[in-house]
Amino acid sequence: MLTIKEYVKAESLAQAYELNQKKVNRLLGGMLWLKMQNTQINAAIDLSGLGLDFITETEDEFSIGAMTSLRSLELHEGLNAYTQGAMKESLRHIVGVQFRNLATVGGSLFGRYGFSDVLTMFMAMDSYVELYRAGIVSMEEFAAMPYDRDILVRILVKKTPRSFAYLSHRNTRTDFPVITCAVSLLKGEPFSQTASASLDVPDASFAGERNLQKTFVTQPVRVCFGARPHRSVLFTDEASRLAREISEESIEAFWNDVDEKLVTGTNTRASGEYRRHLSRVLLKRALLQAGGKNV
Amino acid sequence: MTITLTLNGKKITDQISADCLLIDFLRSHGALSVKRGCETSNCGLCTVFLNDVPVLSCSMLAARADGQTVTTLEGLQDEAEEFGAFIADQGAEQCGFCNPGFIMNAIALLRENPSPTDDEIREYLAGNLCRCSGYEGQLRGIRAFIDYRQERSRS
Amino acid sequence: MNQEKSYQYVNKPVRKKDAMALVTGKPVYVDDIAPAGCLVVKVLRSPHANAIIESINKDIAMKVPGIEAIFTWEDVPNQRFTMAGQTYPEPSPYDRLILDQHVRYVGDPVAIIAGADEACVNKAMKLIKVTYQVLEPLLDFRKAKDNKILVHPEENWRSLCPVGADNKRNLCAHDSCQDGDVEKVLADCDVVVNSTYHTKANQQAMMETFRTYCFMDMYGHLNVVSSTQIVFHVRRILSHALNISPSKIRVSKPRIGGGFGAKQTVVAEVFPAFVTWKTGKPSKMIFTREECQIASTPRHEMEVSVRIGADKAGTIRAIDVYTLSNTGAYGEHGPTTVGLSGHKSIPLYPRLNAYRFTYDVVYTNVMSAGAYRGYGATQGLFAVESAVNELAAKLHMDPVALREKNMVKEGDVMPSYYGETANSCALDRCLARAKDMIGWDKKYPCTDMGNGKVRSVGVAMAMQGSGISGVDVGSATVKLNDQGIYTLTIGAADMGTGCDTILAQMMAECMECPVDSISVFGADTDASPYDSGSYASSTTYVTGKAVEKACEKLKEKIVKVACQALGCSPDEAEFNGKGVTCLTSGSFISLEDIATRSMCGNTEALEVTESHSSPVSPPPFMVGMVEIELDRETGHVDILDYVAVVDCGTPVNPNLARVQTEGGLVQGIGMALYEDIQYDSKGRLAENSFMQYKIPTRLDMGKLRVEFESSYEPTGPFGAKSIGEIVINTPAPALAHAIFNATGHWFRELPITSEKIAMAD
Repeated sequence: MLTIKEYVKAESLAQAYELNQKKVNRLLGGMLWLKMQNTQINAAIDLSGLGLDFITETEDEFSIGAMTSLRSLELHEGLNAYTQGAMKESLRHIVGVQFRNLATVGGSLFGRYGFSDVLTMFMAMDSYVELYRAGIVSMEEFAAMPYDRDILVRILVKKTPRSFAYLSHRNTRTDFPVITCAVSLLKGEPFSQTASASLDVPDASFAGERNLQKTFVTQPVRVCFGARPHRSVLFTDEASRLAREISEESIEAFWNDVDEKLVTGTNTRASGEYRRHLSRVLLKRALLQAGGKNV
Repeated sequence: MTITLTLNGKKITDQISADCLLIDFLRSHGALSVKRGCETSNCGLCTVFLNDVPVLSCSMLAARADGQTVTTLEGLQDEAEEFGAFIADQGAEQCGFCNPGFIMNAIALLRENPSPTDDEIREYLAGNLCRCSGYEGQLRGIRAFIDYRQERSRS
Repeated sequence: MNQEKSYQYVNKPVRKKDAMALVTGKPVYVDDIAPAGCLVVKVLRSPHANAIIESINKDIAMKVPGIEAIFTWEDVPNQRFTMAGQTYPEPSPYDRLILDQHVRYVGDPVAIIAGADEACVNKAMKLIKVTYQVLEPLLDFRKAKDNKILVHPEENWRSLCPVGADNKRNLCAHDSCQDGDVEKVLADCDVVVNSTYHTKANQQAMMETFRTYCFMDMYGHLNVVSSTQIVFHVRRILSHALNISPSKIRVSKPRIGGGFGAKQTVVAEVFPAFVTWKTGKPSKMIFTREECQIASTPRHEMEVSVRIGADKAGTIRAIDVYTLSNTGAYGEHGPTTVGLSGHKSIPLYPRLNAYRFTYDVVYTNVMSAGAYRGYGATQGLFAVESAVNELAAKLHMDPVALREKNMVKEGDVMPSYYGETANSCALDRCLARAKDMIGWDKKYPCTDMGNGKVRSVGVAMAMQGSGISGVDVGSATVKLNDQGIYTLTIGAADMGTGCDTILAQMMAECMECPVDSISVFGADTDASPYDSGSYASSTTYVTGKAVEKACEKLKEKIVKVACQALGCSPDEAEFNGKGVTCLTSGSFISLEDIATRSMCGNTEALEVTESHSSPVSPPPFMVGMVEIELDRETGHVDILDYVAVVDCGTPVNPNLARVQTEGGLVQGIGMALYEDIQYDSKGRLAENSFMQYKIPTRLDMGKLRVEFESSYEPTGPFGAKSIGEIVINTPAPALAHAIFNATGHWFRELPITSEKIAMAD
C-alpha cells in the first residue's frame, strides 16, 4: 500500500527539483504505476500546476510538456499527421481511455519501463528529453541512463521528414505488449546519407542555457524494439542494408544484423524465443508498411 | 490538508490525508456509485469525470482534485436513467457492479462522438471490464440509444 | 416433445426488477450499506506454500492505535469444517479451521486483524512477527497421490460422505464407474484417439470481490450480510466454524456483484463473523482483488485423459475418461466437480457399446479450488469434444457429420448420465441451425487468405444439468397483500442473473397478473423459505417449479376466501387473475376485495410456501461454432464470428437467457485463449491481479450470435431447463478445433496463447 505524508503542489521547477533530491520524496506523474507500489513517501511532489501540459507544434518540431496526458498525445492531429498515425497506434492499446487521461508522457518516459509503448515510439523519432538539471538528452541516451533524481520537463521531437510504422503484439488487446516495434525511415534523396542540422531550441527552455546547441544527427533508419521485456533499444542500419530498397530480402539482411545484438528475455507473458520470433515478424511488417516501395 | 472541490454541482471543503485516493473521498461523501474492482487501474469501475474528462478515481489522489470539478453518476441521474434504460432493455446490466463506471464512460464517449461506429465504441470502452454480459448486450443497448437519439433529433 | 405454448409473461423479455437501480448506480451492494464505524477486518496471509507456524508475536501490532483484536490459530475452535456451500452432509471433506497452525498455500490465513480503519489494520499487519517452520511444498498435482508430503496429515480431518477420500494418500476423492467392457470394445475399434487435456484453475473474476459485514442485533444474534449465493449454507457453515447454534445466526444478501460459483463457497464470511461474535462490534471484510486472485475458490485444474474409439463408418463405440483433478490445499467442491467431467461429457454420445469414467482428486499446496460456472463439465467437455474432433480428423470425416451420427437425441437413454432419459432435447436442431448460421459447409475446415492469415472454423457441443437431482431444494413463499398485490419470498440468490425477475414472471403467469404487481424478496435465512441456493443451474428449474406449485395452492386459498364472500362452493368458482367468479351465480369478487376480506375476521392465511426437488436433472444442450482468423506468423487469433445455439427448454426471459449465453461465451473464450495460471517454484501465483490475469475486454471477444432452439422439458416450470452454466462450455473445444483446422496442430492445454500457436512449428 502506498502511503504519503505530505502532498506538495510545486510552485516552481526549482522547488520541485530541490524536494526531489531527497530519496523519501517522489515526483508524481500520472501516478498509475506509483499507486500500485507498496512504498512510503514523505512528500509527493505534483508538477501539475507548472503549465507542463502542452503540445506545441512549429514548422521544425513538437514540444511536449511532461505533464501532457497520453490521451492528448493520442488525439493530437499534428503528431498523428507527422507519424502517419503511428503515435496513436502506439498509445491506443494502453489499458483504456480513462487510464490514458491520467497517465502522463513524462511519467511514462521517466520510468523507462521495459513494457513502455511510449518509449519505443519516441525512440523511433528524432526526439530528445529536456531534463531540469542535465538539459537536453537524446531519447536513446536517456533510455540507457540509470535512474537519477532529475526532472523530465518536456520532450522535443524534430520534424525530420520520416515515415513511421508502429506495431506491437499483445496477448490481449489492452495488455502490456509482448513486444513492441517502431520504425522510421528518412524520406527523400539521397536516402542513405545521414542528415544533420543544428538542434536549436526556439522557445523558452526550462533548463536554462545548458546544452542547447548540439549537432543534430539523424539516421536514415531508426528501429526500436521494446517490451523485450527490457527497456527499449534502438537499431540504426549501420551496414546500410536498407539503403537501396525496402524489400523482404533487404529486411532479412538487416534482421540478421539485429538478431546478433537483440536481447530478449522471458517473463510470464512470453518466452525470449517467442519475442525474438515476433521481433523479426514485426520488423518486416513495420518496415514494409513504413518503407513500401517508394521511399 | 484541506481541499475544496465541486462534486456533482456542490462545493465541498474537507480535511483529507495526503494519500487519500479520490475514490475513497467520493465514497465517503456519498457518491457510492463509484466502485472499486481492482487495485491495478485495469477495470474501469471507478470511472468519474474530472472537469468532464473520464478518469480512474482509484488511481488519483484526492489532493489533485483540489479546485477541480468532479462528477459521478449521482450527478448525472437523468442521463443515467435515459441511457441506462436501453441497457436495461437488453438485460445487459446483469449484476450491475460495473455499470456506473461503464455508463460514465459511455456518456463520455457519446459527448465526444455522438455517432460512433461499433469499433469506436469497443475501443473507447475497452477499459471498462464486465464479467457478466459478454459485452454484446451493452453494445446493442448503446446502438439502440444512439438510434433513439437520432430518431428524436430528426422528428 | 416440442409443445408450442404461448404465454403472457413467461418467454417474454421483461426488464429486470432491479435494472434501473443498477444502471443509475444506487447503493445496493454490501459495502454501500455497511454501517459506518464497522471494524475493518483483514487477514495476514502465509508467504509459504507449506509451513508450520512456530510462533506469532502480536504484542507490538496490538499497540497500534485503533486495533481492536488480533486472532491467531490459538484463538479459534479446533473443529474442522468445509467452506463449500453444499447440502449437508457435504461431500467436501472437513479439512479447514478458521486459522490453522499448518498453512498449506501461499495466501492461507495466519491471523485475523480487526481495527478502526484500514490504515491501522495495514500497519498492524506489518508488525505481526511470525516464525515459520518452512516445509517442502507439494506443487505438482500429477505427483500428489501417495506422495510423501501430506497436505492434510492431521488426525481430525474427516470426510462425511463415501467419496473415496483418504488424507493419508492426499486423496480428496476417487471413484470409477462403467458400462460394458471398455478395453475390449476399444481393442475392437477401427480408429482410437488417445489424448490428454489440461485446463487451469481459472478465476471467476466477478467484478465485486468477496465481502461481508456483520453486526449483533437486539436479540443477540449474529447478523451476517454477505455477497453470497447460498444464505442457508452460510448459516450452517458459520455455526460449524464458530461452534455456535445456527439459531444465533442470521444471514442475508443484498445485491450481488457477480458470483459465477465463487460465492457458493464461504470465502470471506468466517473472518468478520468471528470478529463480531468475539468483540460484539460490527465489522466488515472487503477482499482486495489480489486476495480474490490468490486466496479464493477458482476452477479445479484438471488433466483429462480420453480414449475414444469408432468404427470406420464413424460410429462411436466406446469412451474412456480418466480425470485427475487438483483441489489444492482444501477440498471444497473437490469430490463433486470432478464427476461432471465425465457425467456431463460422455452422455452427449449415449449409444456406446461401453464407457468408463474414473477419477482421482488430489490435494496440493496451491490455492484451493471451488465452484466455477460449468463445475467440471467445462473441463470434461474441452477434453471429450476435442477428442471427438480429433477422431473426426483421424476418420477423415466432417466433425459435424460425425456428431450428427452419434449425438444424443430426444428420447435417448443416457447410461453415463445416471440412466436418465433425454425427454427434452433439441441438440440436433441446435447443430443444424449453428451449421447454417456460420456457413459450415462452405467454410470447413479453412481458407487461406493469401496474406499469411488463414480463416478456419471449429465446433463443439455441450450439456449441463438443471439442479442436482434428488438433492437441491427450491422453495417459494407467495402471499396476497393489500389491494391485491403479491409478494414472492425466496431463498435463491439473484446475483445479476435475474432470478428475482424470472421467478416473478412465472408467478405472474400463474396468477394472471402483471409482473409489476409482484414484489420479490430474498434472500434471508430468518425470512425466506429454505432454498439450497443459486448454484448447479438450479434456480429456474427447481425454485421455478416451487413458485408454480405455490401459486397453484395460493389460488385455491384465494378461491376459498372468495367463496365465503360469494356464498359459493370452491368447485363452482373460478380464479382469473382479477378476482374470483362464481360460475353458477355469475357473481364476482375482485382480488382487492378478497385481500381486504383476508385481513378481517379471516382464518385462512393467503400465503403459501412450497418446496420442490427433482429426481432428475434434465440437461440443457447447446452447440458452439466459431470462425477465426489466425495469423500464422504471430499466432494471433481473431474471433470473427461465434455462433451459439442453445436448448434451455423454454427461455423464461429471452433477453436474460441471451445475455447469460453471451457472458458465458466470453468467459469461455477467456479460458480458452487468455486466462493463464502460473505458479513459481515456491508456490506463488503470478496472475495475482487484473494486470496479470487477463480476462477478455470487449476488444478480445469478437462477434457473438446467439439463437435458441427450444425443446419443452415436461418436468420443468413452463418447459424450462437451465441456462446459467452450460454457456461456458463450448469455446475451449471449438476454438482448439478451429486452431487445429488453421494450423494442423492440436492444442491440448489451455490457454492456447499466440506463443503456443506460433512456436508449434
